[in-house]
Amino acid sequence: MKYYSYFPGCSSSEGTAVAYGLSTQAICGPLEMELVELEDWNCCGTTPYSSTDELASVAVATRNLALAEKTGLDLVTPCSACYTSLNRANSQLRQYPDLRDKVNDCLSSVGLEYKGTVRVRHLFEVIYNDIGLKVIESKVVNPLSELKVAAYYGCQLVRPEPGFDNTHNPQSLDEFIVSLGAESTPFPLKDRCCGSSLVIPEVDIALGLIHKLLESADSGGAQCMVTVCPLCQTNLDAYQAMAKGKFGAKYSLPILFFTQLLGLALGVEPKALALDKSIISAERVLARLTSKATEWATATSESAIERESSLRTKALLKGGK
Amino acid sequence: MNSVASKTSDEVVMTAEGEEFLEEVCSIPGGESVRWCIQCGMCSASCPNVAQMDNSLRRTIALIRAGRRHDVLTSNTMWVCASCYLCTARCPKEVKITELMHTLERLAGYYGLTTKRTTTATMYRAFIDSIKSNGRVHELGMMTKYYLSTVLALKVNPFSLIKMLPLALNLMSRGRMTIKPTKIKGAEQIKTIVERAKALGGVK
Repeated sequence: MKYYSYFPGCSSSEGTAVAYGLSTQAICGPLEMELVELEDWNCCGTTPYSSTDELASVAVATRNLALAEKTGLDLVTPCSACYTSLNRANSQLRQYPDLRDKVNDCLSSVGLEYKGTVRVRHLFEVIYNDIGLKVIESKVVNPLSELKVAAYYGCQLVRPEPGFDNTHNPQSLDEFIVSLGAESTPFPLKDRCCGSSLVIPEVDIALGLIHKLLESADSGGAQCMVTVCPLCQTNLDAYQAMAKGKFGAKYSLPILFFTQLLGLALGVEPKALALDKSIISAERVLARLTSKATEWATATSESAIERESSLRTKALLKGGK
Repeated sequence: MNSVASKTSDEVVMTAEGEEFLEEVCSIPGGESVRWCIQCGMCSASCPNVAQMDNSLRRTIALIRAGRRHDVLTSNTMWVCASCYLCTARCPKEVKITELMHTLERLAGYYGLTTKRTTTATMYRAFIDSIKSNGRVHELGMMTKYYLSTVLALKVNPFSLIKMLPLALNLMSRGRMTIKPTKIKGAEQIKTIVERAKALGGVK
């Protein structure tokens, strides 16, 4: 069993990306990993805070790092924006001693201190590197064969700093899709921007970006798109109808979290993957796969019940003797 | 010879105020990197939103180095940056351009020069207010506050918001927007941290 400190982020814990949080919990069991939610975590602050007040934004983000430091575990988040802003806090504190002193001054006012030892990691990177695609492949009980998937990396998984994958031409998510038995389709805009939170104040700019992405994935022959970021999912799923209307487009692409796709392949009960939270329903595309997963999940739970009852019978018989 | 060319009207004359602005940008973590920009234009070529910007990214850096404080801080450039980091990742000189955009947003806000044409700053404020009162962002509360503020400031036509209604209903009916915010136990700690940061004068 592998243990991590877990930072779900606001939208995955109960907001617009609640399906991401739920499907993340659902895949931990089969992958033999334990995500221990960081107690009383706060919002990472993300771009709105660092664009308004540098010291307060780093200090607020670092409160999480200080709490995580006490656990001695790597801090894992499924959210690309949280991943970037917590990593940003770490790197700003490392590079600028003056800022570090001020941040620790702020934290000491609430009895906290950060020494700078926490490693912030993205859930996808953890699954890719620590679990590994070979192990995942061996655990696939419901291969996603014939499913055509566009791998959407978004921005902040592979940028700004060179991380675990090639910044300019990432491949990890494509490899991941293939390891589940699916096909990764050509998607030239796989690391371009979805508009992020600009979708609120600059909806027209964001719709243009959303449209380009969907069009690129669609023309590559994808039946669905897979993402590693809550905001990307919301923009591409919830705003898809608006983009379609504005540009007179014909695509209809369900946008799935990588954890949902992984869960299906691992035979997790589809209900636990919260697929019904998507606005562009994946039902049609996944029908064959979900029914197989349901059969598989029911079969395993039945066999578990059988196993348990036979154990109980044995125990009773033993007791009777 | 060119080296003693006479002054043209385009020639940049650095004023003392301009020098001060350049110094200020360079004193902010990340800002110092404008000094080693080679003006190749890779940032502007990579930016998905450059067409909407008053000044391209390359030009913005040139303007900073020329000390053109007002032109830089009143532009909409940084407010349409989506923080995708493509410019930063591709810059051959490792200039932290996205960081610079955030720095310019902070400076514009600090000096009250934010352009009236943007509502991005209003969204940021609604976002931060949510963190300050709950410790986490409550999406419905944040968006309501943002839309109310922009309508009241006459920046957004209330009727244009009707097109957002199906979106909100779609999200709410699927349980993707909670009505009540979640308040963390340490919400008071957040307030204390923010107050201390303010006392230390770290806004910029």
